[in-house]
Amino acid sequence: MRATPHRILATSFLLLVILIVVCLLSFTVGPAELDLRAVLAEMLGKSRLVEMGRTILFRIRMPRVLLGGLVGAILAVGGVVFQALLRNPLAEPFILGVSGGAGFGAIIGILFGWALFPGVSAVAFVGGLFTIGLIMAMARGRFRIHTNTLLLSGVIVNAFFSAAIMFLISVTKDHRIHNVFHWLMGDFGLSTFKEILFLGPFLLVGFVLILAAARSLNLMAIGEETALYLGVQVEYVKKSLLILTSVMVSAAVCVSGIIGFVGLIIPHVLRLVLGSDHRLLLPASLLFGASFLIFCDMLARAVTSQGELPVGVITAICGGPFFIYLLRRHRG
Amino acid sequence: MILLKARNVSFRYQRDWVLKDVNFTLNRGELFGLIGPNGSGKTTFLKVISGVLTPQQGEVLFEDRTISSWNRNRLAQKMAMVSQETPFDFPFSVLEVVLMGRYPHLRALEFEGEHDLAIAKETMGLLEVLHLENRLMSELSGGERQRALVARALSQKPVCLLMDEPTAFLDLRHQLDLFILTRDLVRSGGLGALVISHDINLAAQFCDQLILIDRGEIVVQGPAERVILPEHLEPVYGCRLVVDRSPVSGTPRVTPLPSPVDS
Repeated sequence: MRATPHRILATSFLLLVILIVVCLLSFTVGPAELDLRAVLAEMLGKSRLVEMGRTILFRIRMPRVLLGGLVGAILAVGGVVFQALLRNPLAEPFILGVSGGAGFGAIIGILFGWALFPGVSAVAFVGGLFTIGLIMAMARGRFRIHTNTLLLSGVIVNAFFSAAIMFLISVTKDHRIHNVFHWLMGDFGLSTFKEILFLGPFLLVGFVLILAAARSLNLMAIGEETALYLGVQVEYVKKSLLILTSVMVSAAVCVSGIIGFVGLIIPHVLRLVLGSDHRLLLPASLLFGASFLIFCDMLARAVTSQGELPVGVITAICGGPFFIYLLRRHRG
Repeated sequence: MILLKARNVSFRYQRDWVLKDVNFTLNRGELFGLIGPNGSGKTTFLKVISGVLTPQQGEVLFEDRTISSWNRNRLAQKMAMVSQETPFDFPFSVLEVVLMGRYPHLRALEFEGEHDLAIAKETMGLLEVLHLENRLMSELSGGERQRALVARALSQKPVCLLMDEPTAFLDLRHQLDLFILTRDLVRSGGLGALVISHDINLAAQFCDQLILIDRGEIVVQGPAERVILPEHLEPVYGCRLVVDRSPVSGTPRVTPLPSPVDS
């Protein structure tokens, strides 16, 4: 079935309903359980919770859920874009080294003892942006950006930063090491509305621009030469989308840490079900990526009664086996 | 009317020239065949005259304007290319891929309408892939995929059609059908077409002119009778051959002979 406006709207609506349900469920789960009916009433403006419950709902859980949704949406959309541009179904949004650069920056911030937001986030963001600049400079040929060089540069840069991160971890002997590991696996434990205000515009602007290029992405996913013959300004589109998406992903990483698997499996799952037309795939990834990460973060809260499990642990544990199942079923 | 013109074009990827001082003109209503051994520069030639590669010397003109000055989308409304097989890493259906031929004619954010769908179905019918419309490209045989890609190129409604070995994966009948279809489109639709083919006999039968290329240079160009001669082909292909006439079409027919054993 091809992507018609009608099908895009219908699919998006369905996924939006799922997202809302996951959000509401997620509001109720945590160290302090909230009643679903009470939460629903609060959403509709009727006060049904005690003061403590409302603080938990609006000050702690809601920002955490919304931020998880924003990050999940960005990672899934980023995965779709990178997979199409690099024509590599195994590409994930961190493949250009953004995670390594941002992680290195974040750890320096943590070791200096700065607050997570904006302090650590700011250095992480700078680290991510620096990596993008580095990669683009490395992959720049005389006429065009070579995707293979780009992939290799990303792998090398990530390996380099991993080593640098391991070095910093090795020489750190105190409690800060715990914060470092938590950051590296991704964590929404201390989310506030400030992070949401920071990240929201990146998703909004980035997604609108990416969606406008959806048809070009269809062609790029088949091949750069095909895209050129069908009217795409290949080099311009590729460069703009790579930079735009990387910046968006950097912004997400710097407030959430490195959450793997979302950007890899969400695009895959949706492609298996919906096909490859990016006009459908992009909005679907945004909504389903958000739902998936919110759901995983809910599990992270539900699994341990004391302490916090980094959400990246859940995405990998849930995502891995599910992914293998899908691959096998698809092949057979 | 001149469609495509190459003037003293030379091109190299690295140090060695792959195309040397090539001159070429394609008019509307003409079907040209480009023949030559492996590595002679046929595909590079196609990429240079379609503006994918920029020649270091000389110039390529499409409708009297330098090809590099064309906006690629405007160009895609007029020129279509069937490249050698590209792998399909992502699941696209045949209909989706053929409809991509309509992208250059759509405005930003516009979706394919009834008109575009009708054109796609028509070209799929011509190439006999209509029954495959909902199949994934990756599931098709080489020949079916090739025909779908030709259907996409025709959906662009081009005035200039370039094809790089379009018959490579096709069976006998579909090879013939594709040449007949191309010739008919050139005759009735006023298209100009350039086709790379390793099947010299088919090319000789259907093309108005043949261009024989070897080591980046045009050896000879003209009607099949003037090109398909042992003295032209033998040194280029490095084998002995017999040229006679097809009993059906009367056009030149080539039969390669096994090389004599040198003692």
